[in-house]
Amino acid sequence: MATQLDFKELQDLAAEILGIEPDQVQLDKSFAKDLAADSLDLVELIAAVEDKYDVELPEAELEQMKVIGDLWKFLEQKTAERLEA
Amino acid sequence: MAITSAYRTRSDALPLRSFKAKGRPSAIASVGVYAPEKIITNFDLEKMMDTSDKWITERTGIHRRHIAEPGTTTLQLATKAARSALDAAGITAKDLDMILVGTSSPDGPFPSIACRIQDELDAPGAVAWDTLAACTSFMYGLSIADSFIATERADTVLVVGAEVLSRYLNYSDRGTAVIFGDGAGAAVVKTAPKGAGFLSWCLGSDGRGYAQVTCGNIEKGAYAAKDPQPYIDMVGPDVFKFAVDIFIRQANEVCEKAGVALEEIDLWVPHQANYRIIDAAARRIGLPLDRVAINIDEYGNTSSASIPLALEEAIRKGRVKSGDHVLLAGFGSGLTWGACLLKWA
Repeated sequence: MATQLDFKELQDLAAEILGIEPDQVQLDKSFAKDLAADSLDLVELIAAVEDKYDVELPEAELEQMKVIGDLWKFLEQKTAERLEA
Repeated sequence: MAITSAYRTRSDALPLRSFKAKGRPSAIASVGVYAPEKIITNFDLEKMMDTSDKWITERTGIHRRHIAEPGTTTLQLATKAARSALDAAGITAKDLDMILVGTSSPDGPFPSIACRIQDELDAPGAVAWDTLAACTSFMYGLSIADSFIATERADTVLVVGAEVLSRYLNYSDRGTAVIFGDGAGAAVVKTAPKGAGFLSWCLGSDGRGYAQVTCGNIEKGAYAAKDPQPYIDMVGPDVFKFAVDIFIRQANEVCEKAGVALEEIDLWVPHQANYRIIDAAARRIGLPLDRVAINIDEYGNTSSASIPLALEEAIRKGRVKSGDHVLLAGFGSGLTWGACLLKWA
């Protein structure tokens, strides 16, 4: 995993999985309301994120993912943990 | 829309076991199927439980499922599919060296359904037994057939997948009751000309995931706990992630072993667990849906019967030609998985 996260990269990945434009993927956008992503879309996106960034999102935290910002925060936290390790 | 970014395997992913087919070649000579006449639509389910056609369709792609009348045995469905496969191959049961049945819903602990089919077909002598690998049972059965033919221990093998899963459905659990259906499929596997038939295999299991899809009291054991009514239970998101991942990895593995590019797959016949799983995997494998056999809308998830049910329909509709590269791939409780690449004989 790169030491520096690139939000554009996450935008592209989310856009690809959810079938939307990268510009629509913004920190305050709600998966359900703004991006019309249902629970399975979210699982598919999380799976793609896990593969790409080599991280694992615990089942319990899946329900906490409401907006793109939640996913971004999770990735930032994981990156910080790795840099410390 | 196909996904263009390269698929990456996670660093902690289990290495997969895959093989190039060796020895005497074998191929699927025919497929026969049977599904109960009774159909339960999503609209019927709306009246039985807290669900809706829209919810089921969006999340699973299922519109209908065939459900056996109470009292129907798995043997009855299996025998009908078996007879149909034998007829399609133009052989009789006396030609069989082996009968393999994959099922997670046998009619009792023993004797095996395979031996009961053998009796029904009046073909004593052939080796007959059941395999339990949940939804992967049919793939494991095919792999056993290929192995025995490759090593010249059998020439002609009948592989059956048959289920009456409706016995294990809890109609107050909308996460599982809407998904599963009953049905049976059978294939005759025979020796094939060199270069045709099964080219490569990917087979494996990961028992660490045993709790992801279960039926009955799993920690104490349904039999030991005298569980009066075992019900299918599933950790949906975990299964979804596992399924998409294993579909993609298996496709890559069998193609690599066979020296065939992913783009050269003419038809993918996946286990019909959920349309969304198939669609997500197909996009990441880079296969357009016109090269994927999907009939989950009609049957739901019929576990070990789903691959032969989808393959038979594809053959009947002229979607499989001699020389085509056909990918069969399954996954299931266990966790288990299995895939093969065929050059259609």
